[in-house]
Amino acid sequence: MSSTTLSSISSQAGALSKTRHVTAQNVLMAQRSERYSSSGIWVGVFAITMSFAAFTSALFVREGTGDWTHLALPQVLYLNTLLLLASSGTLEIARHRLSKEEGTRKASGWVLVTLLLGLAFCVGQYRAWLDLRAQGVFLATNPNSSFFYLLTFLHALHVCIGVAVLVYLAGRLLASHTTFRLGLFRNTVVYWHFMTVLWVYLLLLCRMKL
Amino acid sequence: MGKLLAIVLVLIAVLSAYPIVSHMFVLPQDISTHGHAIDEQISETMVEAGISFIGAQLVLAFFVWSFSGRKDDRPLKNFPGGARALVIAAFLLVGTEILALGVMGQKAWASVYFTPAKPDDIQVQAQAEQFAFYFRYPGPDGKFGGIHPEKIDEGNQNYFGLDPANDVEARDDIVSGELVVPVDREVHLLMHAKDVGHSFYVRELRIQQDFMPGLDLSVHFTATKLGKYEIVCTQLCGLGHYNMKAYLNVVSQPDFDKWLKDQAGQ
Amino acid sequence: MQEGSLEQAHVHAPPQGFIRKYIFSLDHKVIGKQYYALALVAVFTGMILSWLMRIHMVWPEAKLPFLEWFSKNGAPGGIITPEYYLSLLTMHGTLMVFFVLTNAPFAAFGNYFLPIQIGAEDMAFPRFNMMSFWTTFLAWVVLMLAFVIPDGPPIAGWTAYAPLSAVGRDAGPGMQWGASLWGLSIAIFCVGSLLGALNFIATTLDLRAKGMTLMRMPLSSWAWFITSCIALLAFAVLLPACILLILDRHAGTSFYIPAGLVISDRLQPHSGGSPLLWQHLFWFFGHPEVYIAILPSMGIVSHILVNSMRKPLLSARVVIYSMMSIGFLSYMVWGHHMFLSGMNPMSALAFSFPTLTITIPATVLTLMWLGSLYGAKIQINSASLFALGFISMFVSGGVSGFFLAQPSIDIYLHATYFVVGHFHMVMGVASLFGVFAGTYFWFPKMTGRMMNESLGKLHFWLTFVGTYCIFMPFHYLGLIGNVRRYQSFVDDFMAPYLGWHKFMTIAALITGASQFIFLFNLIYSRFKGKPAPENPWNATSLEWSIPSPPPWNNFGAKHPIVYHDPYQYGVKGSKGDFVMQDSPEQVVSASGD
Repeated sequence: MSSTTLSSISSQAGALSKTRHVTAQNVLMAQRSERYSSSGIWVGVFAITMSFAAFTSALFVREGTGDWTHLALPQVLYLNTLLLLASSGTLEIARHRLSKEEGTRKASGWVLVTLLLGLAFCVGQYRAWLDLRAQGVFLATNPNSSFFYLLTFLHALHVCIGVAVLVYLAGRLLASHTTFRLGLFRNTVVYWHFMTVLWVYLLLLCRMKL
Repeated sequence: MGKLLAIVLVLIAVLSAYPIVSHMFVLPQDISTHGHAIDEQISETMVEAGISFIGAQLVLAFFVWSFSGRKDDRPLKNFPGGARALVIAAFLLVGTEILALGVMGQKAWASVYFTPAKPDDIQVQAQAEQFAFYFRYPGPDGKFGGIHPEKIDEGNQNYFGLDPANDVEARDDIVSGELVVPVDREVHLLMHAKDVGHSFYVRELRIQQDFMPGLDLSVHFTATKLGKYEIVCTQLCGLGHYNMKAYLNVVSQPDFDKWLKDQAGQ
Repeated sequence: MQEGSLEQAHVHAPPQGFIRKYIFSLDHKVIGKQYYALALVAVFTGMILSWLMRIHMVWPEAKLPFLEWFSKNGAPGGIITPEYYLSLLTMHGTLMVFFVLTNAPFAAFGNYFLPIQIGAEDMAFPRFNMMSFWTTFLAWVVLMLAFVIPDGPPIAGWTAYAPLSAVGRDAGPGMQWGASLWGLSIAIFCVGSLLGALNFIATTLDLRAKGMTLMRMPLSSWAWFITSCIALLAFAVLLPACILLILDRHAGTSFYIPAGLVISDRLQPHSGGSPLLWQHLFWFFGHPEVYIAILPSMGIVSHILVNSMRKPLLSARVVIYSMMSIGFLSYMVWGHHMFLSGMNPMSALAFSFPTLTITIPATVLTLMWLGSLYGAKIQINSASLFALGFISMFVSGGVSGFFLAQPSIDIYLHATYFVVGHFHMVMGVASLFGVFAGTYFWFPKMTGRMMNESLGKLHFWLTFVGTYCIFMPFHYLGLIGNVRRYQSFVDDFMAPYLGWHKFMTIAALITGASQFIFLFNLIYSRFKGKPAPENPWNATSLEWSIPSPPPWNNFGAKHPIVYHDPYQYGVKGSKGDFVMQDSPEQVVSASGD
């Protein structure tokens, strides 16, 4: 009914609350889009977590058989970790900028930096695989390498999805005549931070177990 | 039509129960030492399942009969005690049933899996492969020779991949397509899968155990009646699964000793 | 439109053009119907496969000439080979469990009615919704390709145990490309299901209309919500399992394959893997999957029963908590499929107790249904007949679980026809009864026409009696030790029981043929059925407050406001003995209750 929409338009609230606020030109959200998208991304994060939990338990089971060996992790992984952590930082800055009533162009710069750092991360992961290949360690060489390639590949794949969405969002930020989808942006922030946390977990898992 | 449903429900309950109650389908004879506990468990459960099944169908039938096709002016009623009474009933009835079945059943399970093998048991190794069972006895030295998968040669009947030329213990191993055991002696069956998953099932022995490739599994049992009984594979293993069987031949102790000697002589 | 961009910011615009309206639609109602259509195709395919299996088993000499045309390798001379029997068995199970039982009660009806029942204009993510259907459709196409390739479909069963499923062609016919297509299909299916589950959860949590608290949701919506929570977790584990399987098959890894296996005279190059790992991962998905199959039907049946009885359930809250408990417990019991697998025998006892415990909420549910019938005014029609039949079937199928839940009894009954009878009754038939009930109930809303009642009742009687005739004997045969997944019985042991097998086969053929009555009724009524009013069943939930069929945005740009729970029956309402959820009138009870 119209009463709901009118009352929600007139309210202006803080950045992270579930009510909507109308800011300058391009930053428009519907209360509904804000509401429905907020739980969706957490559901998605949960599902991805469960999948990696399944891989983790497979790793523990597989570790029990006699041919478990040791994998020396390529050093570039640590640089990649820093890149990803930095990208979470820059995305946070972008989110902060967008939650205030500031010009969207400044935020778009931070979004671009984030996605470039994300891309750099993926390139760095590829570099790690090349390093292993140079040593003759491939996917099926031993169970440790199997898990390493598998986990890092799947994680990088998910990061690439995040990069693609950031590209789309950056495009909308830069093209000022389009409405900016703040709901989608907030979900992407959650997703991106999750990618960072997941990577830190996978790195620790690989270090301790592989 | 509600009344028709009620009648059909009663018929279904009665007709379904009949084959059980009239013992049309009887478990095969029990030739094991632990099977009695399992059979008792099945009987107990059958009583409880039967009461639940028949009770529910009859109650459903009765309620459908009584409360369908009614004139509009009769008042609605609620089940006496309401939801709470039924929830309590469910917890109490099912709770006690679970405890009874679970606790009792544990003993039967333990007798198969948690009872250690007797010291004078007979060791036999069973190998399951697509699509046959082979059995190996350790021979007079009491030791099994090693299995070398690369030496397996079906054509020369080297099913286990033994290497008697280099492996002393393998020289006196006896390989047979039939599982021959003496009556009233415990048999310790070591189970080895050559290719994919299989399972060892002898209905009369009340024994079933999967062969898991890569795992050293075993079961032990004591057969109490002479005779020949089917061993069938119950784990889908490929196109010949339906035809994969062997025989358990329970013979007297003297006959068993003679058989072993005959086999060793070959 | 006032504040137009705010109103429609999240929801798609009205569809234009044939492709957008009927093919790549964002409308949850179209997507629900698409899932239903896919399930229909899958169920008839699966049914025909089961006919072929049963005919082959009891009349092995019978030549089925069309089959030779369909598969030269599988049925030369029209006679099914042992391996093709297993292919049919594998495809039957896969189609039925995934493409029928996960699709029809959950994806089809849930997609169509969840948003409407909670007062929303569409699902939370309409684009994801469209993707989820087309992903599922792609999974089906990939699976069906296995029929077309020369080597045929896989022979490892829908459970695809390793190493049989993991080593490739050495393990048998159909185990090269057939098995790869299977693995790929299921992996794709997981993605589609995850997208769907995500949508259901987000929609239920965030898009309920004003006044629609969680406790005021209809029981069918509750069931879809709980099911989607289960599905999210379950498919999130099956996908990794399939990925590992695909890697073992194609990338030379050894997740599931141990060392030293000699298959078809070839020493396999893998080592160190664990076949038990596949079983654990698969059944961690597989057991919740069977509750994914049955819970929506429980919700649909509860929803329809309340309407047919003209009185609320004794306690909807208890039903909701029972369904939640079943969902929760479903994750603790997967090992009961593995009692004899070689896992630690102590684990068997550990899994047995929650398995037995699940009987408690299942019993509570049954007693709620039965107890609520007491003192009711049951209206008999096709929908309510199937709903009542569901109760009967669920009990019948459920009590055989008492046996299988106990490891000691499972020693004897595992892998016999007893298990096959159990899961067909409690999952296959009962769940389908929920789908049938839902179809007869909701068809008027979905199409604006009534289904033919006489045909519906005929369908019910033939199916109800028929499925009992088919599946009851499975239990008896199991008790005497009839092993499953055998293409024929070549030994003396089974000879006395072949008569029963013939009886079951004939019952299956007749019952299966009766389903064509349902299909005919569906298609005929769609075009020639009597026009349906907005609320033909005098029901209370929100779907009955909108036109039949509903407009593209369900509530016509109005946001409904909900004042009651959906169980206001047996009261003095302005329209009769019921009050609708969105009616602001006060409820006056009709009796002294």
